[in-house]
Amino acid sequence: MQHSNYYRSFLIKYAEIGVKGKNRYLFEDALVRQIKYSLKKVNGDFAVTRTSGRIYVNAQSDFDFADTVYALKSVFGISGICPMVAMEDEGFDRLAEFLVQYVEDVHGQKNITFKIAARRSRKDYPFDSMELNARLGGVILDAFPAMRVDVHHPELMLHVEIREKINIYSEIIPGQGGMPVGTNGKAMLLLSGGIDSPVAGYMIAKRGVKLDAVYFHAPPYTSDRAKQKVIDLARIVSRFSGPINLHIINFTDIQLYIYDKCPHEELTIIMRRYMMRIAEQIAQETECLGLITGESIGQVASQTLKSLAATNEVCRLPVYRPLIGFDKIEIINLAERIGTYETSIQPFEDCCTIFVAKHPVTKPNIKMINKHEKNLTEKIDELVEAAIETKEVLLVQQ
Amino acid sequence: MEVYLDNSATTKCFPEVAEIMKQIMCEDYGNSSSMHRKGVRAEKYLRYATDIITENLKVNDKEIIFTSGGTESDNLALIGTASANARAGRHLITTAIEHSAVLETMKYLEKEGFRVTYLPVDQKGIICLHDLERAINRDTILVSIMHTNNEIGSVQPIAAAGELIKGINPQIIFHVDAVQGFSKCPIYPKRMMIDLLSVSGHKIHGPKGVGFLYVNEKIKMNPISFGGKQQRGIRSGTLNVPGIAGMAKAIEIIMPSLEDDVAKMHELRQYFIEGLREIPDVTVNSPGGVHGAPHIVNATFIGIKSEVLLHALEDNEIYVSAGSACAAHKINYQSATLKAIGLSKDMMSGTIRFSFSNYTSSAELNFTLQKLYDIIPMLRKYVKK
Repeated sequence: MQHSNYYRSFLIKYAEIGVKGKNRYLFEDALVRQIKYSLKKVNGDFAVTRTSGRIYVNAQSDFDFADTVYALKSVFGISGICPMVAMEDEGFDRLAEFLVQYVEDVHGQKNITFKIAARRSRKDYPFDSMELNARLGGVILDAFPAMRVDVHHPELMLHVEIREKINIYSEIIPGQGGMPVGTNGKAMLLLSGGIDSPVAGYMIAKRGVKLDAVYFHAPPYTSDRAKQKVIDLARIVSRFSGPINLHIINFTDIQLYIYDKCPHEELTIIMRRYMMRIAEQIAQETECLGLITGESIGQVASQTLKSLAATNEVCRLPVYRPLIGFDKIEIINLAERIGTYETSIQPFEDCCTIFVAKHPVTKPNIKMINKHEKNLTEKIDELVEAAIETKEVLLVQQ
Repeated sequence: MEVYLDNSATTKCFPEVAEIMKQIMCEDYGNSSSMHRKGVRAEKYLRYATDIITENLKVNDKEIIFTSGGTESDNLALIGTASANARAGRHLITTAIEHSAVLETMKYLEKEGFRVTYLPVDQKGIICLHDLERAINRDTILVSIMHTNNEIGSVQPIAAAGELIKGINPQIIFHVDAVQGFSKCPIYPKRMMIDLLSVSGHKIHGPKGVGFLYVNEKIKMNPISFGGKQQRGIRSGTLNVPGIAGMAKAIEIIMPSLEDDVAKMHELRQYFIEGLREIPDVTVNSPGGVHGAPHIVNATFIGIKSEVLLHALEDNEIYVSAGSACAAHKINYQSATLKAIGLSKDMMSGTIRFSFSNYTSSAELNFTLQKLYDIIPMLRKYVKK
């Protein structure tokens, strides 16, 4: 796999963009932009070009192969990354000679099945696709007697594309899939320090949505380390989603006020309702089109259907809950894959567990909750306003 | 006012320490093993450091091994002597309240085939000499007892333990982890029959990343890392000249006035404990009088989560520790020390350590007490229901 000094180019295969009809160019432009952004951190100069429905990444200098692939693997919208050799057309004999060399260099093992997948896009080339398949197949069989042709399930698929240059590739490294970020508006992620919310952000970003995030900080009940952990999580998610504006809200006074005025079994629900209200207000100020949470049905008391209904009731913006039907273990697997798990399980979990009642309600009655929230009338608007006014905003990126 | 009461985690460098280190790093930066003048100059600093340490401990200069700090000193002391003396026996003794640098090393040695006895402690965190006596058998080769506990400040009867051990079998090696005790109590290894003594630089206003191990020259010891055979092959690696000189400078400054400073700290500590007792439902876990170190006050604030109190104090620029700093970042950590002195889980979760230094003033402690008087009732109002 690692023939870093061999390949100078990558052919980028895209996922669903192909089906986007007349808007296709918007998606392709976004993809090119995201690819360029991801490659900024890689040692090397690259040209990202879009020609006749294809996106190529061409190295313009020495570059780190592994880092480049790692960067490209973080871009949504890419279904496959094909390390590719682009050669000048110097006649069929030269091509045949090169292809033999390529197989020799890239695929050490020779007792495998193969297929030539030639494609003649430049119609002035003397052989058409079928003829190329046959001729090049013959060349490989002559050079490597141990290899056999299998047109249905070849172990090695040798792609030869006759374009302005001749592109040769045989590996497809799976990409992240999804759609390029920025093609589907922006949404506000409620980010805690836990395992679920970063994964939820990742999943929505995967559908082309740009992210903003909000974190509720409650000093001294949550520490600076807990806050740093959330910043670190946002940074990991931004590897995929691009830069994230992280809004940090000081929530302590609101929490204490709710504690003073409301029944303790309902503290968590009422607290979450205020988090949603605040998140929605910031979302509207920042042109976000929805809220994202990491909730999954039944995981904790505040995530039963009744509890979800009670928190959902306070917002008008749609709330996206991509993990709603996931088991914890599935979420953990995803968290491990995207690299947030290790950070999420650091133990500076919010000490605001003291605000969680020993027996919180699992079937909140919305009427009762609304009634108890009336106890807050005197000061709550003022506190919410102050919390939003004093928020800290950090631009978090890789 | 900034009040730093986490001196058992680490201390502020004396300015003189920083100065001498800067001089060495920028001017006299030679490798003490080099043959040229720069090397000789560097070696002079080592000479200076060794002199100060040996003078204060009243030991020979061949008996000091410089290390990277307390953890390395403990590891080298235990692994280095256990492996070199395994033929004489495979039984080790330590206490239940050692620092993890000792406890974890003991666990490692257990895997290597040694048997370890962990002596219990009483409510004050002190071992019973009878337990020690009963634990020693023919197979015992090494006893490791910490001088001063890092979490509650209990001080062990080291001299009596030394006498007891050597009375039973003079061949048994006696290691003392004095990372917290050094410079708070006079320690003389020869008189106290200590064969190995671990000391760290940054707990005594010196730099981090440096410490030393006193090794009685009669002790057989293996190295635990290998290289250029510096320090008689026991501890290879280019010597950390600035760190070592910095540590020596700190010792040079701190030792002459030790008695007065410690007396002053004891007074402040007593005052602070009395102040804490004004708050309802507070238990002081540190032992009083001679059994307690002059610089550590460990207290439980019942009904309060220590992390919350820590951050509330932090907002007032008062810096303390919940448990010991080394342990505070571990998941589901339960302090071995607090468990050993019999604290319940609930009590442990409300436990704070205040630790003083020569810099600590009564004004700072008054300020801290005042803030505690304000904060505690507020925090107690908001508890889990």
